[in-house]
Amino acid sequence: MDTIFALGSARGKAGVAVIRLSGPLARNVAERLAGTLPEPRRTYLRTLRWDGVVLDQALVVRFEAGASFSGDEVAELHVHGGQATVQAVLQVLGSRDGLRLAEPGEFTRRAFESGALSLSEVEGLADLIEAETEAQRKQALRILSGAVGQKVAAWRADLIRAGALIEATIDFADEDVPVDVTPEVLALLDSVLQDLRGEVVGSRIAERVRDGFEVAIVGAPNAGKSTLLNALAGREAAITSARAGTTRDVIEVRMDLGGLAVTLLDTAGLRATDDEVEKAGIARAVARAEAADLRVFLDDGDLPQDVAARPGDILARAKADVTKGEGLAVSGLTGLGISDLVRRIAEELEQRAAGAGTTTRERHRVAMLRAVGALESAQNAIWAGQGRAELIADDLRQGLRALESLVGKVDVEDYLDEIFSSFCIGK
Amino acid sequence: MKHFDVVVIGGGHAGAEAAAVAARAGVSVALVTLRREAIGVMSCNPAIGGLGKGHLVREIDAMDGIMGRAADAAGIQFRLLNRRKGPAVQGPRAQADRKLYRQAIQGLLAAEPNLTVIEDEVTDILIESGQVTGLGLASLGSIRTENVVLTSGTFLNGVIHIGDQRQSGGRMGDKPSIRLAERLAEFDLPRGRLKTGTPPRLDGKTIDWSVLDTQPGDSDPTMFSFLNKAPLVRQISCGITQTNARTHDIVRANLSRSAMYGGHIEGVGPRYCPSIEDKVVRFADKESHQVFLEPEGLDDDTVYPNGISSSLPIEVQESYVRSIHGLEQVKILQPAYAIEYDYFDPRALTLGLQVKSTEGLFFAGQINGTTGYEEAAAQGLVAGLNAANRARGQAPVHFSRADSYIGVMIDDLVTRGVTEPYRMFTSRAEYRLTLRADNADQRLTPLAVGQGIVAQGRRQAFDSKMDMIEKGRAALQACQLTPRQIGALGIHASQDGARRSAYSVLSFPDATISGVASVVPDYAALPESIQTQLWCDALYAQYVDRQAAEADLLRRDEDAAIPLNFAYDGLSSLSNELKSKLNRQRPTNIAQAGRIEGMTPAALAVILAHVRRAQKTGTDA
Repeated sequence: MDTIFALGSARGKAGVAVIRLSGPLARNVAERLAGTLPEPRRTYLRTLRWDGVVLDQALVVRFEAGASFSGDEVAELHVHGGQATVQAVLQVLGSRDGLRLAEPGEFTRRAFESGALSLSEVEGLADLIEAETEAQRKQALRILSGAVGQKVAAWRADLIRAGALIEATIDFADEDVPVDVTPEVLALLDSVLQDLRGEVVGSRIAERVRDGFEVAIVGAPNAGKSTLLNALAGREAAITSARAGTTRDVIEVRMDLGGLAVTLLDTAGLRATDDEVEKAGIARAVARAEAADLRVFLDDGDLPQDVAARPGDILARAKADVTKGEGLAVSGLTGLGISDLVRRIAEELEQRAAGAGTTTRERHRVAMLRAVGALESAQNAIWAGQGRAELIADDLRQGLRALESLVGKVDVEDYLDEIFSSFCIGK
Repeated sequence: MKHFDVVVIGGGHAGAEAAAVAARAGVSVALVTLRREAIGVMSCNPAIGGLGKGHLVREIDAMDGIMGRAADAAGIQFRLLNRRKGPAVQGPRAQADRKLYRQAIQGLLAAEPNLTVIEDEVTDILIESGQVTGLGLASLGSIRTENVVLTSGTFLNGVIHIGDQRQSGGRMGDKPSIRLAERLAEFDLPRGRLKTGTPPRLDGKTIDWSVLDTQPGDSDPTMFSFLNKAPLVRQISCGITQTNARTHDIVRANLSRSAMYGGHIEGVGPRYCPSIEDKVVRFADKESHQVFLEPEGLDDDTVYPNGISSSLPIEVQESYVRSIHGLEQVKILQPAYAIEYDYFDPRALTLGLQVKSTEGLFFAGQINGTTGYEEAAAQGLVAGLNAANRARGQAPVHFSRADSYIGVMIDDLVTRGVTEPYRMFTSRAEYRLTLRADNADQRLTPLAVGQGIVAQGRRQAFDSKMDMIEKGRAALQACQLTPRQIGALGIHASQDGARRSAYSVLSFPDATISGVASVVPDYAALPESIQTQLWCDALYAQYVDRQAAEADLLRRDEDAAIPLNFAYDGLSSLSNELKSKLNRQRPTNIAQAGRIEGMTPAALAVILAHVRRAQKTGTDA
């Protein structure tokens, strides 16, 4: 049985975050982090260290198997709630063999199986977990919708193709299939590996924590979106000018809005244009705005219809310094209405604060790392040239399984579809 | 009125295997077939085994089934496919002499004292309060039985197409089971329509063999049965030829006359067994396709041209076949045809292949949407064994994806259903490195022994083999070699000073059996077959460990049974979408439920919780 771990407390900023471990390695790992924990059910104030690196000071408590909420051996780490700390601890735990992030509902299932939860408790928790699963799914969709989304689709296609080629040489060896598929398989693996390594490294060196909510500012060209963004951010993050169509890429500004981590997206103004570069900018703006958690529509009397408003989205009258009307109105230039807008955004986002954050990202990072390992192993097996197709195929399957949360489930039917559409099988 | 514990309907590969296993289980068995001499007929290609399929035959044999022994007795050309790849993906295959195969099957069945063959037509299946009580037969009247295994193959509403000609039939020259089909329609089970095809049969005397390439069998033939060591009859070669541009022109010019392309066929055909029409249309840029000329028997001139099945009119068949090199003067003995038939959606079955809504009624073979002799026989084994167990009051036997290809196939069928005729491939097995043809006996014979369906001879052979394997493994593991000793055997190992067991050294890419044997005398003393077996086991040992952990989790979920009548509607925390999927698919265990799309661990926990409570209180939840 794997030892599973998860952030047990709510996501978002909080004073304390609780990380729970459940399974046969729980005590072992907790003690490796915190030193010996002689007595169960006693809290110890300890410095958490991993390979000599100090992670945080934390309260640590362990429970024995049979006397814990899941029925397994359990350890809890009460760390400081900052995202960097939580992420560092999760990352360390995920790097240990035999430990992995819990799937939604997995703690509950273990608890139930061990008899530690009653049926009604399971039912109650199930609702919560469904909500969490849904939040994770949305998070994944958001991740998938951008540039990474396109890559992910390509990874899936490339890996199915590579797997199908290898499987074809195995299952249809006496058929009319290419004898040596390795050049194409190697090329496919190489391309996916390059992408994956880039993503894994990129997510580690990112200076800012790209966690939290995305809020897109949407409006017609020159409605004052960039000016508003600059006012909110308090610095010149987006170039503003009186010429319409200045913002051709999506500009991100990370900020703290009423205690919540928020990434503000300044998008290209939406209008019909013949300029190819601006067109691309607008397409990207629409995609990002659609994928964002919340949209702020800046209405200068000419509100574009490209992006659909969803429940909770905010409509504000633009350039309040020079226009008149009812309702929320802001002016980036004079600062009029900005604090009202900030409060509205914060209120809206607080309601959604149950969404998944750090955990999801960490899950994807671990998934990509595992995939890299498996695909490299496949590559090595091919280079070694022992003709062990079944082992290469096994590595590819492991890689695809690791990436399941990103690329979706791939099973034998996907392979067979690819094989039968590529080769004339059937002697 | 006559009574049998189990009655098997149909004498094809599923029926023969079902009747044999039930008889071995010690219950009284009747096999009802339209024609006694047709028992064990190979209605399509004269070959057994292959990739995935060869695994199934080995597994049937490991359960002391009859297919492997019959194939060995009838094998006239043996080839181990993927010989150059690892043992996990090697599949034994043989060309079989049709007559010898049929005789072997009939002989093996005749040797079962508990088995009676009845030549008759089944017209009715008698049901009382949801349970089978007997059968109605056309001439014999009624017989009583509580367990029926139905293996009617393509005989259910079978329609044979040759060009625009169509006729009812389950196989060329045989009548379809219309009355039985009408009776089955009343069961109101979900069904679908499939099609398959077969090539023309050629007169071998009219083939110009002198201009053709030949494919001989292996010089060191690999048998199907763990009991056999060498072929029993004379061995032959197959011929190889190719289609050409002219062949393709003829087919293309006559496409509209093909039953398939003329719109006469509604059933879905298999993608891995395309007709010559399909090949020419879908792979138009290919200039030629291989055709294997497979002799149907030692004293039979009929040749099966593998690769050119068709539903074109006879005169077009003649002209495209004669356009092929070496076949210019060939005489067609029996035309190619396509056949459409009904199958029942196997999702209506339990893992024991019993119809969920009718106790005592089991389905096996093509009726479940599969294709292939081996797939049919493996299902026959499962259905026959479970029918016998129901008769003798024993628990059903379920095969797991983690222990056998049989388990993979049954699980695929009952949880996913079929969209084309289902054929086994090794890629369907997640635990392919563990589920090998070479270790089928290690995986399944103990289970079969526990079920009391293994003859004493095989049991003793198995025990002594396992004894030698254990001794050999212990000797290999006990022998620790230094990097220098390993290097002296011509094997590359990192010079890290660490000792390695001879067992793990055996798995090194450049290790040889004789090399390792030279330093482990107890290993060297074993018979060659045992040495090879230990090499196979060592090769995958590290992967097997990893897969074993996964397989344990899978088995735990497979063991958590869900009652068939479980009421999902009462589970408030499941979404309506999930509930309707669960109600439709009726998973029989948590592992199956987990594979339903959209299922979450939380929902699984809820189902499990309710199942447990229902079990505790003894209600149906």
